[in-house]
Amino acid sequence: MAVKSQEERSIANEDDILDVRNSVKRVTALLNFSLVNQTKIISAASELARNTLEHGKGGKSIIQLVTEPERIGIRLIFEDTGPGIPDLARALEDGYSTGRGMGLGLGGAKRLMDDFDIESKENEGTRVTVTKWTEKN
Amino acid sequence: MTRETAVPLHEMISGAKEEILTEWIKNQLSDKSRSKGVPEASLRNSSSEFIRLFEEAITKGNVDDIEKPEWEEMRHMLAELSATRASQGSTPSDTAKFIFSLKEPLFARLTPEKGQGNTEASAAVWQLSLLLDKLGLYTAETFQRTREAIIRRQQKEMLEMSTPVIKVWDGVVAVPLIGTLDSARTQIVMETLLQKIVDTGSRIAILDITGVPTVDTQTAQHLMKTVSATRLMGAECIISGIRPQIAQTIVHLGIDINDIVTKATMADAIKEALARGGWSFERHLESV
Amino acid sequence: MDRIPILKIGDVLLVTIQVDFHDRIAIALLEDLSEKIVDNSAKGVLIDISALEMVDSFMGRILGNISKTAKLLDCHCVLVGMQPAIAITITELGITLPGIYTALTAEDGMKLLTDMVKSKTNGKTSAKKQEAKWR
Repeated sequence: MAVKSQEERSIANEDDILDVRNSVKRVTALLNFSLVNQTKIISAASELARNTLEHGKGGKSIIQLVTEPERIGIRLIFEDTGPGIPDLARALEDGYSTGRGMGLGLGGAKRLMDDFDIESKENEGTRVTVTKWTEKN
Repeated sequence: MTRETAVPLHEMISGAKEEILTEWIKNQLSDKSRSKGVPEASLRNSSSEFIRLFEEAITKGNVDDIEKPEWEEMRHMLAELSATRASQGSTPSDTAKFIFSLKEPLFARLTPEKGQGNTEASAAVWQLSLLLDKLGLYTAETFQRTREAIIRRQQKEMLEMSTPVIKVWDGVVAVPLIGTLDSARTQIVMETLLQKIVDTGSRIAILDITGVPTVDTQTAQHLMKTVSATRLMGAECIISGIRPQIAQTIVHLGIDINDIVTKATMADAIKEALARGGWSFERHLESV
Repeated sequence: MDRIPILKIGDVLLVTIQVDFHDRIAIALLEDLSEKIVDNSAKGVLIDISALEMVDSFMGRILGNISKTAKLLDCHCVLVGMQPAIAITITELGITLPGIYTALTAEDGMKLLTDMVKSKTNGKTSAKKQEAKWR
């Protein structure tokens, strides 16, 4: 997998979530994702950005355009240096929430994207990486 | 490794490029099993192009890994060659053979230069042989990938064709589902169904699963997702054609069936849909 | 600060969400709407989200809260014009918006609201039954 381009955005307040969403939207449109997939990716980005803000006490997002021989995709990385997630398995369950959402953030984002990866260390931070692929055209 | 030969590989080749090329082309043309689909001119072209790129790439020093950027042009050329050859009716092994057949003239040229039994020469032969094998296999791989892309595209087209959304009445649309309902299929069904609901302004959608062979947890969940997405849009979903075994499976799976409307047959579903829309029918026996 | 305008048409309050629906605007809408329902003794709220490009779980929760708040204030709430892409996405996310009434178009939604309000004032059929007809 090769990274063609990337942009970084800090997530420090609610307006930044909107900025992340808009950047993601631009990249998905560029990659010719279908409207449904665009909506899925933007929603996943919004969920994860909100997690970074609320649970990670702020952090940054990296939006990447990635390629493989047969496919092209968007990869989103959300990083924070917050308290970390003590119980990962539980955090991925639906309905588990410590914030203002519906507790669907992590599990939901996982379902909306193709690849999902999470690393978290207590008191060090959390890093979530998600990717959605589309065929090259 | 033995990459540090006294005379670099590319120098051995560049000196005799024309000779190698002529002999290679001659060999290829005289090969009885050669695919007749490939015109002589294009064979000549691709042969000389191959030698040119081959020399260029090995001059840069890397003779082990064809994934490296030095080989990019070569890979590109091979991908194109593999595609053209395939469209001319060559099999992937024909195309690979094209590359393997370079070994004969190439090695013939290397050995006398160094003398029989020379270790340097055999090391060079070994290296070049590995390299050509890799390139040959690369064409086969590309061929396969092209095929897979075609298959994927056809699968997608088939999926789209297999989910016709029919407008059965003003405000009523129906999808007869046939075949296994996996998650990719459900996505397409959902997308086409919801779009049709918007386009026709339909309040009722009928999902007929008479043609769905089995229902497992996954399928049932997919069905439920379709029902709730339809509802979020402001339309109602009726599931029809639930066969006895499937009904039992659904109960067994413990899925919440309280807010699903079901009907035994598509006809019943249509009747129900029309009744909700305020339509009523009367049969005039005298006109039959 | 941006606020979403709330229009009053008879007994019904009409809200069209067109701006980028971010967190603060969403919370402001919930507050404004609750006040307007009481001020105007509104019987119905129609929220048009046809221009919305996405709904995440936070917005889902706000929409749910609007509906619940309205209900406590004796007012029906109907969500209209959800785009297919959003319906699919939030279903996948796991948002079901229980208890929220939905309609395809603003026109359908208005009719649904009028029916619900009428049946309530007439007292003939309970609102619940009327709703059941469409649920």
